Amino acid sequence: MTNVLMDGNSAIAEAAIRAGCQCYFGYPITPQNELTEYMALNLSRRKGCAFVQAESEVAAINMVYGASVAGARAMTSSSSPGISLKQEGISYLAACELPAVIVNMQRGGPGLGSISAAQSDYFQATRGGGHGDYRTIVLGPSSVQELADMTMRAFDLADKYKIPVIILGDGVLGQMKEPVEFKREAPTVLAVREGSLRGAKGRPSRIIKTFTSNPSELEEINWSLFRRYTLIKKEETTFETFLTEDARLVVVAFGIAARIAKGAIKNLRAEGLKVGLMRPITLWPFPDEPLKEMAKTIKQYLVFEMNMGQMVEDVQLALAGQGEVAFYGRPGGVIPNPSEVARVISRLYYQKGLK
Amino acid sequence: MKAVYTYPKSLKRAPFHYCPGCGHSVAHRLVCEVIDEMGLQERVIGIPPPGCSVFAYNYFDVDMAESAHGRGAAVATGIKRAYPESVVFTYQGDGDLAGIGTAETIHAANRGENITTIFINNAVYGMTGGQMAPTTLRGMKTTTTPYGRDHILEGHPIRMSEILAMLDGVAYIERVAVNSPANIRKAKKAIAKAFQVQLDGRGFSMVEILSPCPTNWKMTPVKSWQWIDEEMTKVFPLGVYKDVMENKVAD
Repeated sequence: MTNVLMDGNSAIAEAAIRAGCQCYFGYPITPQNELTEYMALNLSRRKGCAFVQAESEVAAINMVYGASVAGARAMTSSSSPGISLKQEGISYLAACELPAVIVNMQRGGPGLGSISAAQSDYFQATRGGGHGDYRTIVLGPSSVQELADMTMRAFDLADKYKIPVIILGDGVLGQMKEPVEFKREAPTVLAVREGSLRGAKGRPSRIIKTFTSNPSELEEINWSLFRRYTLIKKEETTFETFLTEDARLVVVAFGIAARIAKGAIKNLRAEGLKVGLMRPITLWPFPDEPLKEMAKTIKQYLVFEMNMGQMVEDVQLALAGQGEVAFYGRPGGVIPNPSEVARVISRLYYQKGLK
Repeated sequence: MKAVYTYPKSLKRAPFHYCPGCGHSVAHRLVCEVIDEMGLQERVIGIPPPGCSVFAYNYFDVDMAESAHGRGAAVATGIKRAYPESVVFTYQGDGDLAGIGTAETIHAANRGENITTIFINNAVYGMTGGQMAPTTLRGMKTTTTPYGRDHILEGHPIRMSEILAMLDGVAYIERVAVNSPANIRKAKKAIAKAFQVQLDGRGFSMVEILSPCPTNWKMTPVKSWQWIDEEMTKVFPLGVYKDVMENKVAD
């Protein structure tokens, strides 16, 4: 397999096709249009596949719901304001235990915001996002290669746990070009998920529903969902550590912010500062146990996000007072460079007398 | 002995929860009879809506997936595109189809999605307790138009069959009523035709059914049948609005 140079949005689309994505439904919004356009070019005429440019984000996510009902691997993508519109459908997918992959190439908010990269949808993504008690698996890629790998993983996780999976990228990841290697070939036969609706032939008719007039039945559905969430947390939590073994200060960052922080850390290491990086890869489930473990030896943390401070709450919850947590954030679509982040890290390092 | 009445195979033997005189149970039965007669029970996937017919899945013995309010046409699009061999129908009320789901309905119709919509128009939101619907008649009293629907303040009843018939993707639209034995027979023919249009791959088909809601209209069942003839059909005339099989297009 060889590397190809590709923008992040197109890489997701190619990876999705190779993961056996049968149906894609989208609606134009910057900065993720390359994904929809790639699907129009490469999926829409593919045998057995379907592409629809929907009339709205709401319609697109409900088409995903329908395709998932019929047992197909289905996907939609959007950016922050459009993802807000999809929350209704995501809640229904979660309630019906239907797999789906939803890509959010985040832009600045609130409101129409900006079209520049941001990370301000962390709360929305990791807390369910729509109404009701539910979670979605949330993956936080930080390179084009990871976008491709995580797209394949997202489809597998969605099917394995019958759950919507969100790929929480951002405008930079979507637009920038990097070499990428696709680790799978597209399947020749598209699989049909068991338990799907394809007509009651040779079996009793099936119902996929979310409404019940019996609160006890609904309570049990909620318990059942959360038992599965506990399993996901145990089995699927992933994270990366970078130069943390001897670190006196650890930066916690995800996605493109972690990439920026890594650059800053490399430079600071060259100056002799013992700093490292903890990067949650699954944002839900959040790697709180590994952080708790780390807090036995490392006491100083700096959370860096491209928002006003969202994941920092998960870090505080995980550490539960066992470490000191500082925060640095740039909201609105402003993208700081590694030297800016390095200055923040080194200031904290010296202030805390870690040198 | 000749059987003159049988229970439809695709209708579950569960007592309907609908109010006395409600048109839903008649409409359910008609759809089931058509499914049986066309031999579609093993191919059909139905999309029930929120609303009084949210429990439609308790009655239809076919695969069913509940839709979010108004999104039936989008869900049906997803199913049909993923599995074109299926026969997909949505069952939607007036608030669902003509209010919150107007965009999904119009665009699925305009794309010519090969799906069938059964549209129950009873001029009120039934399950929530009789609020004004997009199809509420002028002057009609509902819980949110206690002084009667004043078109200056509350707008006009929307005619979805007429609107949808103008779209190129639409193959068949007919408005019927279930307020008399003769009309019920016509309604069944229309439903059968709508499914046939889908089987032939001709595009979007819809049957709008004027359906009595005696509870929220605050009428007896008999009076509500008369009211459909005397008032409702004046605003919503019965008839075929589009039929590409017969080369009939919207006027």
